[in-house]
Amino acid sequence: MLEFTDEQDAFRGVVREFAEAEIAPHAEAWDRDHTFPTETVLAMGELGLFGLMFGAEWGGADAGLTTQCIAIEEVGRVDQSMGITLEAGVSLGARPIAEYGTDDQRERWLPDLVAGRRLAAFGLTEPGGGSDAGATSTRAVRDGDEWVIDGAKTFITNSGTDITSLVTVTARTDEGISAIVVPAGAPGLTVEPAYRKMGWHASDTHGLVMEDCRVPAENLLGEPGRGFAQFLSTLDDGRVAIAALSVGLIAACLDECVRYANERTAFGRPIGSYQAVAFKCADMATSLETARLATYHAAGLRDAGRPFRREAAIAKLHASEAAVAATREATQIFGGYGFIDETPVSRFYRDAKILEIGEGTSEIQRLVISRDLGLGEPR
Amino acid sequence: MIVVVCVKQIPDPADPGALDPDTKTLKRDVKLILDESDSYGVEMGLQLVDAAGEGEVRLVSMVPNSEVSGLRTALAMGAESAVLVSDEALAGSDALSTAKVLAAAIRRCEPDLVLTGTESSDGYTGTVPAQVAELMDLPSVTFAKEIAVADGVATVKRQTEDGYDEIECSLPAVVSVTAGVVEPRYPSFKGIMAAKNKPVDEVDLAALGIDPGTVGWAGAGQEITDIAEAPAREAGEVIVDEGDAHERILAFLDDLKIL
Repeated sequence: MLEFTDEQDAFRGVVREFAEAEIAPHAEAWDRDHTFPTETVLAMGELGLFGLMFGAEWGGADAGLTTQCIAIEEVGRVDQSMGITLEAGVSLGARPIAEYGTDDQRERWLPDLVAGRRLAAFGLTEPGGGSDAGATSTRAVRDGDEWVIDGAKTFITNSGTDITSLVTVTARTDEGISAIVVPAGAPGLTVEPAYRKMGWHASDTHGLVMEDCRVPAENLLGEPGRGFAQFLSTLDDGRVAIAALSVGLIAACLDECVRYANERTAFGRPIGSYQAVAFKCADMATSLETARLATYHAAGLRDAGRPFRREAAIAKLHASEAAVAATREATQIFGGYGFIDETPVSRFYRDAKILEIGEGTSEIQRLVISRDLGLGEPR
Repeated sequence: MIVVVCVKQIPDPADPGALDPDTKTLKRDVKLILDESDSYGVEMGLQLVDAAGEGEVRLVSMVPNSEVSGLRTALAMGAESAVLVSDEALAGSDALSTAKVLAAAIRRCEPDLVLTGTESSDGYTGTVPAQVAELMDLPSVTFAKEIAVADGVATVKRQTEDGYDEIECSLPAVVSVTAGVVEPRYPSFKGIMAAKNKPVDEVDLAALGIDPGTVGWAGAGQEITDIAEAPAREAGEVIVDEGDAHERILAFLDDLKIL
């Protein structure tokens, strides 16, 4: 049985109240206008949503991944764009600094990230490859007290907001692939115009170009040559968090569909009285339950200090695919209304697909799971 | 500065409770939450303490059982402690009995300022704040939209139908805070965790020196003789514009004495 502490239940209530009052009324307009709502993200910071995973010494709540997932699920339930902004800010932005930063680096950057006053991004994916991160072609060479970085990064979330403080990029150095912190506004860093995306319209996503981009030598994050390995070891948290974002989306679909199925009539009866619609809702409720169980099971293992790599991959794979299915069926239930932006389900459908792609594609999750089963190509 | 905020724990209005036909009062055997109308007093108190740079917010509440979940919400917002008067004999208390009990509990907190909501969202008598002030022999200011405190004096903007009055009064005083004048903060997870360990001093009537026979059903000076369903809302009048809609709307508003 899935059980949360009283405090986690109370916190879920607070985040839901916040999301419904401060985010939901604007989600449609932000989506339509591709607006990144800086003030709302700062308000999420004040509520402590960005600091749940970090220690009290950095201003965090030390509340663990389960509590973080509760926050992501509830925000994602009303707005996937804000959900991913939170998820990426924590898992990709602040986490690597907290995990691999020196005391100096952490003191410099972490308090603002934990408080949600600033956002950090992680630049791994390049125009030539994402999942094949070993093929990184961005280069960094030492020149006196500086790193000189040349290369390009693509699809970098939170990299161009007014409150972005840094992007950690992976780059090839003499030792292998290293991670280097590039502060916002560094000379030689160009943040390209925001992408035109299928969904996640209110989330901030840019390509980055670094040409003779110079940052201080002390901005190396963690061990030289270990940049990719370091990144891999923080991926599991992010996968569970994306699963939580997916759970929020399925829950939103179910809410909308049950309400609509009771209101909308066809042939003299509410459409929910027909099994064709009712069974879709039943399937949605079933996938919500299984996705939620898988997500909080993985998060619970992590919080208990136990291995959870396979469970994280399973949760991400199952929840994201279930979310895509749920949004597809929700759109079907809404019919023509599901295809126009007057109803949230059309936004849900557009927001869903990326869940099967970001932070490890479904194929990568299957690879992780099958390797854990002892299968796969001989290495 | 010690700011005492009176808060009530009520059945969740989103999940409406039932009336007990025997006692003709609201059934309170469900989980109780912080009355939203009291959250403005809590927020106002926290802001005043912040502005003063010292002091704390203390809560005072009463229930017939030991319910604390609503108090925890206010503690999670930032209040430091609570006095909860909990006694079975309190069931059925009318407004004046409630005021007597609250006044006795407030005295223990030695407040510089006492804040309340203007009325509870379940009982709606709206009389308790003034009664508490009278029983404590303190100045009473109602319907505050802004409060400033300096040198032992409270300056209050008191909302009226056509604006506001500016009122100065000596402290301590009892001030009721109008709903909606401040934006109550959302409790953070850290606040929720901290609230778990904040002191809630649970006292019974004996500890306050109050005779159980003077409060609750036994001491009620009011009697509820009858309860009835609220009448269903009547259908509105639809005005279709045939060129004279503005005149008919004006006439309609004039009839209601709104204009």
